[in-house]
Amino acid sequence: MNAVNEQTIPVKVTTARTIEFAIFRHNPFDDNSEPHFESYELEEADSMTLFIALNEIRAKQAPSLQFDFVCRAGICGSCAMLINGRPGLACRTLVSQLPAKVTLMPLPGFELIGDLSVNTGKWMRGMSEHLQTWIHSNEETNIDAIEEKMAPETAEQIYELERCIECGCCIAGCGTAQMRPEFVGAVGLNQLARFKIDPRDNRTDAQFYALVGNEDGVFGCMTMLGCEDFCPKELPLAQQIAYMRRAMAVAGVS
Amino acid sequence: MLFKNALTSPRGPAVMDMLQSVSGIILALFMWAHMFMVSSILLGNDAMYWVTKMFEGEPIFGKGYPILVSLFALFILSLIILHAFLAMRKFPATHRQYRTLHKHLGGVRHTDSYLWYVQVVTGFALFFLASVHLYQLIMHPADIGPFASSDRVWSGRMWPLYLILLFVVELHGGIGLYRVMVKWGWFMGKDPKVGRKRLTLAKWVLTLFFLVLGLLTLAAYMKVGYEHQDRAGERYLPAAYSQVNRAPQGESH
Repeated sequence: MNAVNEQTIPVKVTTARTIEFAIFRHNPFDDNSEPHFESYELEEADSMTLFIALNEIRAKQAPSLQFDFVCRAGICGSCAMLINGRPGLACRTLVSQLPAKVTLMPLPGFELIGDLSVNTGKWMRGMSEHLQTWIHSNEETNIDAIEEKMAPETAEQIYELERCIECGCCIAGCGTAQMRPEFVGAVGLNQLARFKIDPRDNRTDAQFYALVGNEDGVFGCMTMLGCEDFCPKELPLAQQIAYMRRAMAVAGVS
Repeated sequence: MLFKNALTSPRGPAVMDMLQSVSGIILALFMWAHMFMVSSILLGNDAMYWVTKMFEGEPIFGKGYPILVSLFALFILSLIILHAFLAMRKFPATHRQYRTLHKHLGGVRHTDSYLWYVQVVTGFALFFLASVHLYQLIMHPADIGPFASSDRVWSGRMWPLYLILLFVVELHGGIGLYRVMVKWGWFMGKDPKVGRKRLTLAKWVLTLFFLVLGLLTLAAYMKVGYEHQDRAGERYLPAAYSQVNRAPQGESH
């Protein structure tokens, strides 16, 4: 007989911790609202994410608590917040990895909608319009013809950078972006790198230089590397900024 | 011209960014080379004397010209001024920026963000520490040698400055070289995340090495200076003092 069959699966008996959540509360549209922290206690459950915890707090303790969620799976980028001071996605953060006291704050650098909810969309749109993060082609597209072929390596490179979900963690994690609100941040530079790689985009380096060849752009980056280290999608942001910096340095002096 | 319109033309940001990196790289590498030269005292007074004479051009001209040291020090000082001018653009400038930065750093508790701030603080300190050191050197280029330098360190009471300068400059240069490589994406290898870890390790090993070497070197100058304090100002002559070193009780010349 196989000995394994006689063994029972050990049941993990743990005492659930009670977690204290100190959550930033403020409604900027209410003149009487003062920014403050409110504490909520919650018994930790197995595999509980911050997303689950916040929903439970809202359901049972604070019906007016505002926070953003859509996908619950780290794809939509809505639920980024400061978790004990560090930017991260609430839906991808396990409560078990946090200490017994958790402080939650809205992402800094974005317009506050209320409590933990910020308007990253407005910021991202402004950045996108400023940097023109779409394909600029001189050619008329014939929508009846078969698409142009692209080298698989190029397609994969573009796909890798396209994984950005515009959650805003790289802006909240960047000392430069925090000190200098005009800085386009890793999200902007990464997106422009993505279009620079794309063979369908006909913009020259001189044109890219006009967009980011300044200190609000790539030369404003001070390599604090918060973007790289806090990106929940683990995008190679430092590498992309270095790539843009090299290209823009050459474009700037030639 | 590369420099001509750096302050007014659109190419300015690119030129300034590159010049900041290039001047920083030269200064950091010079700083390490300088430490090796200065540490020749650890091999004995004769070794340090030989290095001094070499930098005064004796092997080429047959006679030492200390002015060469002054000129080179002037070149280094001008590089420092250029580098400081460019790096100052990155400093926080207003109370609001300092407040935002400190709140940010305290919240994210992130190593590379701290390293950047160490650069700001040490860079600021170097405006003053390096200037004192270099002005002295430019004006008294002949006062370098086993006795002259040691007298300056001990009897001239320069050792507290050199002690602080050692830590400040080693931190600034080491962190700076690491950061410039990540900044431009050099020596990162196939996997940049692994490459960065490797560079971090190399940076700390080198910093530690140069700090230990620097402390030993400073201690050596302090010891020589302490023992020589009664005759401070007297110059080292290899022929005369090699004997003295061998027999400290013997007659001085």
